[in-house]
Amino acid sequence: MSKIDLKNISHSYNPNDPNPTYALNPFSMTWENGKRYAILGPSGCGKTTMLNIVSGLVRPSAGNILFDDKDVTNFKTESRNIAQVFQFPVIYNTMTVYENLAFPLKCRDFLKDKIEERVNSVADTLNLKSFLNSPARKLTADQKQLISLGRGLVREDVAAVLMDEPLTVIDPDLKFRLRRKLKEINEEFKTTLVYVTHDQNEAMTFADNIIVMSEGEVVQAGTPKELFERPNTTFVGYFIGSPAMNLFESEVSSNDGVKINDTLVKTNTDLSSLKSKNIKLGIRSEFIKIAENQKENILNVDVEKVEDLGNYKLLTAKMGNLTIKSKISRETEVPSHNVRLYIPAEKCCVYEDNKLI
Amino acid sequence: MNLVAENLSYKPDDQFHLNKVSFNFNKGNIYTILGRTLSGKTTLLKTIAGLLTPDSGSIHFEDKDFLKIPVWKRNIAMVYQQFINYPHLNVFDNVAFPLKQRKVDNQEINDVVLKSLKSVGLEGYENRKIQELSGGQQQRVSLARSLVKNAKILLLDEPLVNLDYKLREQLREEFKNIFSQGLSEESIVVFSTTDPREAMELNGEVIAIDEGKVLQVGSAKEIFENPKTLKVAEISNDPPMNILKATIESNKINFEGIDIKIPHHLYNVKHKNFNLGIRASDIELNDNGFEFEVELAEISGSETLLHLKRGDTKIITSIEEVMNFKIHDKVKINFNIDKVYAFDERGILASSPFGGSYV
Repeated sequence: MSKIDLKNISHSYNPNDPNPTYALNPFSMTWENGKRYAILGPSGCGKTTMLNIVSGLVRPSAGNILFDDKDVTNFKTESRNIAQVFQFPVIYNTMTVYENLAFPLKCRDFLKDKIEERVNSVADTLNLKSFLNSPARKLTADQKQLISLGRGLVREDVAAVLMDEPLTVIDPDLKFRLRRKLKEINEEFKTTLVYVTHDQNEAMTFADNIIVMSEGEVVQAGTPKELFERPNTTFVGYFIGSPAMNLFESEVSSNDGVKINDTLVKTNTDLSSLKSKNIKLGIRSEFIKIAENQKENILNVDVEKVEDLGNYKLLTAKMGNLTIKSKISRETEVPSHNVRLYIPAEKCCVYEDNKLI
Repeated sequence: MNLVAENLSYKPDDQFHLNKVSFNFNKGNIYTILGRTLSGKTTLLKTIAGLLTPDSGSIHFEDKDFLKIPVWKRNIAMVYQQFINYPHLNVFDNVAFPLKQRKVDNQEINDVVLKSLKSVGLEGYENRKIQELSGGQQQRVSLARSLVKNAKILLLDEPLVNLDYKLREQLREEFKNIFSQGLSEESIVVFSTTDPREAMELNGEVIAIDEGKVLQVGSAKEIFENPKTLKVAEISNDPPMNILKATIESNKINFEGIDIKIPHHLYNVKHKNFNLGIRASDIELNDNGFEFEVELAEISGSETLLHLKRGDTKIITSIEEVMNFKIHDKVKINFNIDKVYAFDERGILASSPFGGSYV
């Protein structure tokens, strides 16, 4: 259980080239002891490279990794005191489930009583107790993955448990239970957990902090709430949340206001020093409401369609060439043509060249 | 001139995969088969396609006995969960394949393929290799190929299930547009899914199915508002509707030590013991509410799903926002009692806020 510092880390597969291309652009970050982190991004964004750098499977082209302030950049994986869980089960086929779970402890000469206590506790948590004496090879794929997970969790003294899409092969009901177990284990043992996934829902559910990556770059690190309410880039606004954040091409028209198709919208952002012409206003469809008696920040729109999605209605509207989506309650009656939509200033995010102001 | 099935049954092992399934599908419409995994959806589609022969029952299409017509003569297109494409062919040739088989002339192939690629948003991708495409794009190629066949019956077996949620969101919307614009009045579309939201969004006729049995048939809205049984209430809601064992006594509903005044629409519930149904979205956080403990907070899209516990009662509530909660946090909630459902002890809808009842 350690704090992990990543200092000016970058990785390139051609570092000696005068113009190296980066699989991972330079970044720095601190992972605090006992927290849950998710590294989230589409395939090819560099998230596995980042995990492999932490585990020691890849040595970064530049930068340092510190575990509790001790530089481990040149340490091999086995000296880093970490546990790893991969996408597909890794088990010892010739051993029983018990022996599989006990293996990491046996290798480190733990006492027999201690081993028994830990294996039983982990098996209990993962519902593997009734299989302890079965040969591991006879289990189903998801049970095998539980063994992999159990081996990762059996040592209490690891610096961190690193997991690369560990729930891919698990069926949906069990997935729910496992997410809960992982959270409980983390809260009970204060194990630092790092979890790589391309699944937004999984990352948002699992982690206290999410590192969103795109094209080798860390685009935002924050809590699920921060990512949802204040996306750092238009990519995060699109990627997190469903439907994606509304993004409107805009022009700056005052110190805190923008114009969208000639309609003035005030924001709570200081826009006085913006230089670029590429300005977008971002707002979540959850925050756009049908106007009541508000006078400002009103968009006059044409209703394109209203879909009844059961728990809510989704209004799709047009203002010139702009499409606006707003989530409204199922009870709300929507006029069939023109509607006034209210955009609350405090919920507006302004983007200059796709970066949040 | 419909697709009509009567009492289709299929029992390859000790369980029914189809149990006396009957339906009547009209041309120009979309039908959604809604059910959990292993409920019989794929079996039903395969039976329509001719890939499976039922043990008993009949299917007629345009008044002809469909079961006597072999697969390749049924004029059916099918899109599967997995993206099935020809890896050695480029996008154009993948889509053109069924037309080349039929020896359609090149100019026509060219026109039809380009039109189909355009309708699935893959204009300009004609020369790409299949491996260069994302999962969502590959599935669109499969769809484009199924569209060029101009089949009278288009079967889609959970076509979005293997995509991540962003792509699913995008394709869900596109599919709907393709179905409403691209298909002729002559076609029948059958779409299977486990996701009630897809069923709502496609807005066609829904067939709720479980253990090979048709439980309810109706518009998406009707199934959502008046689910006939507990099982339908479960499969037509995501998260599933909360079902609580409750009692009614002296004008009060009681469960897990909670008393709530009975709403008007439940006055007709005659038995003391009943199943109280409450949607996750009809439960809200409220400082004056009843105390529950957080078991897990899940975030799905833009919603937070709170799994809560009080005594032996477990419920799920959804909040239209992203919020942070810790396991074992205490929260207070209120029930929107005007929106609750009553199911009798057999699990049949006794009263719904939308007026439905099957007892």
